[in-house]
Amino acid sequence: MQAKGRVFKYGDNVDTDVIIPARYLAIADPKELAEHCMEDIDKEFVHKVQPGDIMVANKNFGCGSSREHAPLVIKVSGVSCVIAETFARIFYRNAINIGLPIIECPEAAKDIQDGDEVEVDFDSGIIYNRTTGKQYQGQAFPEFMQKIIKAEGLINYINEQ
Amino acid sequence: MGMTMTQKILAAHAGLSEVKAGQLIEAQLDLVLGNDITTPVAIREMGKLKKQEVFDKDKIALVMDHFIPNKDIKSAENCKCVREFACRQEITNYFDVGEMGIEHALLPEKGLTVAGDCIIGADSHTCTYGALGAFSTGVGSTDMAAGMATGKAWFKVPSAIRFNLVGKPSKWVSGKDVILHIIGMIGVDGALYKSMEFTGEGVANLSMDDRFTIANMAIEAGGKNGIFPVDEKAKAYMAEHSSRPYTVYEADPDAEYDAEYTIDLSALKSTVAFPHLPENTRTFDEIPGGMEIDQVVIGSCTNGRMDDLRAAAEILKGRKVKKGLRCIVIPGTQKIYMDAMEEGLLKTFIEAGAVVSTPTCGPCLGGYMGILAAGERCVSTTNRNFVGRMGHVDSEVYLASPAVAAASAVTGRISQPSELGL
Repeated sequence: MQAKGRVFKYGDNVDTDVIIPARYLAIADPKELAEHCMEDIDKEFVHKVQPGDIMVANKNFGCGSSREHAPLVIKVSGVSCVIAETFARIFYRNAINIGLPIIECPEAAKDIQDGDEVEVDFDSGIIYNRTTGKQYQGQAFPEFMQKIIKAEGLINYINEQ
Repeated sequence: MGMTMTQKILAAHAGLSEVKAGQLIEAQLDLVLGNDITTPVAIREMGKLKKQEVFDKDKIALVMDHFIPNKDIKSAENCKCVREFACRQEITNYFDVGEMGIEHALLPEKGLTVAGDCIIGADSHTCTYGALGAFSTGVGSTDMAAGMATGKAWFKVPSAIRFNLVGKPSKWVSGKDVILHIIGMIGVDGALYKSMEFTGEGVANLSMDDRFTIANMAIEAGGKNGIFPVDEKAKAYMAEHSSRPYTVYEADPDAEYDAEYTIDLSALKSTVAFPHLPENTRTFDEIPGGMEIDQVVIGSCTNGRMDDLRAAAEILKGRKVKKGLRCIVIPGTQKIYMDAMEEGLLKTFIEAGAVVSTPTCGPCLGGYMGILAAGERCVSTTNRNFVGRMGHVDSEVYLASPAVAAASAVTGRISQPSELGL
């Protein structure tokens, strides 16, 4: 499984309230909800994002609320992978459970810049920055979590048991 | 090697004699919680499972609290979806308008959470029940769906940070100041993936309401859970509120901690978290004078309990909310509302010029009941001050205790009670 795309770069502590503000949480349709993804810190995101693009951020990405709407709107926006120095734990769980690929890699999170073209190989955890030619080793998931990711989420995984 | 209090609860619920930090386990759940924002998504996900029935209709709690009484058509439809699910599945603990409260104030009050429990909730502040010596943690809607169907959840066993509390807090210093101080010290990711275990002789000097506030905000330091030892105060609380049997777990003397801090409660001062992170804490010697504000909110799952309302009322008694400032008081549950009424607290608030609302999460997450305009500033007893949290992206939220919020409501500036001669 691979991801390839252009990078949207953000900083530390990107919280779930800026990923999807609570004023939109009553919206049930994921596509309609995704129209507001990141709007409080990056109004251009929804207009610029292309299928396959990659989000890169620094520490504690997805902190705050447990709303699963946050990884969901990122996924529905077309983002193929989120790379961060660290993820907040509920976001981490939610991303795995809904099948949004995420990967922790402090070096890549620090180096990669907005607009870079990046490739990620999930099986090996290797992140390659095509713009700079630099390669990074991201943290691989434990086997149990890989099974959930391969099943494309917890619900499918349970159904397969 | 010994286990922490959290590790012991997880081991018992995984049917293991021992667990280690980092180990992946599957644990049996005593309670699965959801609200009107997260449950509709969980119901949708549960619809994709082969198993369509809940594992135990008595071990699921559905609390309509974020946007109710419904603020608009979409939130009404969300509640309707949950109401029909609760009816269809015969959920015992479904709480709607008239019975509801803010979930984390309501469930302990109803006796649904006790020491030794293993609880997940599709709400990040589910960590509140650690005040009673339970393991409880926030998850998303898919985990909630899986938990409702199977009665189980997967966990990575957390390592822990120990906070040794000593001393007694001074008059206007509350649990909110304790937890804001800790978050300021370790940062919003200072306890990422870890348990925050509170111990020490100072625990006895904290009321149960203070402990709920402290455990509630463990998530604001990135924590998986916050947990307190089960002492006489906790046992008395459970005896008053619950008929469920409970189990007391204690950390082993040789349990390992990633870090240990000693907090002298007697040295703490009123603390305010400035925008836009709960870690941006300042005490009043670091706060510029004359910081004018537009609104005060006293309530939420963090600070909507009786101790909180009593502290605010003690300050507002015989005083007036500053002209031009909105002061919104939100009791956490119907029982707290009633108790506050019988104690005369609501009269005090109304006479002071505050408004009193039915229980709701409302303004805390910028839902309704006190949304801020661009450039406005609010002192709030809630738990998050992120960009746009309470309304416009250019508004500001300052997190503080009920005492500081009430004093600020009187002066119209960010103030502590001593400015009123208290």
